[in-house]
Amino acid sequence: MAVRKNQANLTATEKRNFVDAVLELKRSGRYDEFISTHNAFIIGDSDDGERTGHRSPSFLPWHRRFLLQFEQALQSITPSVMLPYWDWTADRTPRSSLWADDFLGGDGRSGDGRVTSGPFAFGSGKWPMNIRVDGRTFLRRSLGTGVRELPTRAEVDRVLAMSVYDAAPWNSSSDGFRNNVEGWRGPNLHNRVHVWVGGQMTTGASPNDPVFWLHHCFIDKLWADWQGMHPKSGYLPTGDTPDVVDLHDTMKPWNDVTPADMLDHTKFYTYA
Amino acid sequence: MSRPTRRQILHGSAAALAGAALAAPVAFADTAAARPADGHGQAAGDGPSGGHEMPEPFDEMYEGRHIEGWPADEEGAQNGGHNSSGSHAGRHAGLAGPHDGMDFVVRIDNDDLHVMRNADGTWISLVNHYETFTTPRALARAAVRELQGADLVPVVTG
Repeated sequence: MAVRKNQANLTATEKRNFVDAVLELKRSGRYDEFISTHNAFIIGDSDDGERTGHRSPSFLPWHRRFLLQFEQALQSITPSVMLPYWDWTADRTPRSSLWADDFLGGDGRSGDGRVTSGPFAFGSGKWPMNIRVDGRTFLRRSLGTGVRELPTRAEVDRVLAMSVYDAAPWNSSSDGFRNNVEGWRGPNLHNRVHVWVGGQMTTGASPNDPVFWLHHCFIDKLWADWQGMHPKSGYLPTGDTPDVVDLHDTMKPWNDVTPADMLDHTKFYTYA
Repeated sequence: MSRPTRRQILHGSAAALAGAALAAPVAFADTAAARPADGHGQAAGDGPSGGHEMPEPFDEMYEGRHIEGWPADEEGAQNGGHNSSGSHAGRHAGLAGPHDGMDFVVRIDNDDLHVMRNADGTWISLVNHYETFTTPRALARAAVRELQGADLVPVVTG
């Protein structure tokens, strides 16, 4: 069974294979299609209208499918590559090996936030910002300035303890596990990590930073962990909810996959 | 499909590509579910409310940038009406107009910044999409700081 590992435990070869596959997807143009898709849903998903990728119950299954599609694209380059996850409760400083030059590269420089080291630095010539919200064409980060602290393990545990998956009105004002993980409510987990990284990660075009995938892989693992803790709690809602993806509704843009299809991640991978 | 205007190309061509996957955004309307803002980053408590006050228009220089904003339903009055006709045609063509789905227009140096109102009355923008602000003006100022002098570019979504 394919295993998704903590990024901190990857071998040098695994890091190199991951980076090389990401760069090849970028070179071929396939990477930017993922950015465009994400940006489209970010703009289209609204609290009082149709909502699929974000601020809705399908935030978790939508991103699970999105990550699977990206992982399969990576595997079309190098079959052994798996998405790693970033446990930001443990690796919570800019000194983490995550940000080393043999992996994602470092923080942005002062002044303009430009990442100047590692495989995704502008100077490498291999990581142009083609899908962007402003004129800047270089990857930017500003680790820990938009918000000082990443979420703690205690904050994660507080959210994992919530036994109800989601609740009406099924948006950014909901109670329940999903919205507390997403971060519109409660200690703020997922949203806060985007802000902590800074740069493109704070924008609708956040997959411009490869850390997007490692961040969402950990969010996906938290969903799996939550399911293990609350085996009697299912995805909600289960039917007839306007503008919201019910358990057996298909999700855009794929239109052939439902939240129900995404509930059991062990059909696709396991977490180490 | 009618030939799109330059403005639609700038703001909507990508949406056309994603159009198969995305419903046209629905204009925001105040609902009974909408609730008052109670500050930065925090959702308001449950309870009935009459909806939100639409923020006042603003127009100022901030850190060297011209920021302005106004309720989207005043678009025609403030903008000669050319956008509203454009976005109408855009919907027919499967294109999203620049302000479709937005209840408040925000511009930085005359470029559109996509913004959205949350159910609790707070606001986000495409530049700061994971962080909420109590007003569009605060959101525009945050975008100026984030942009560090860079220009906004038309949104590409597909």
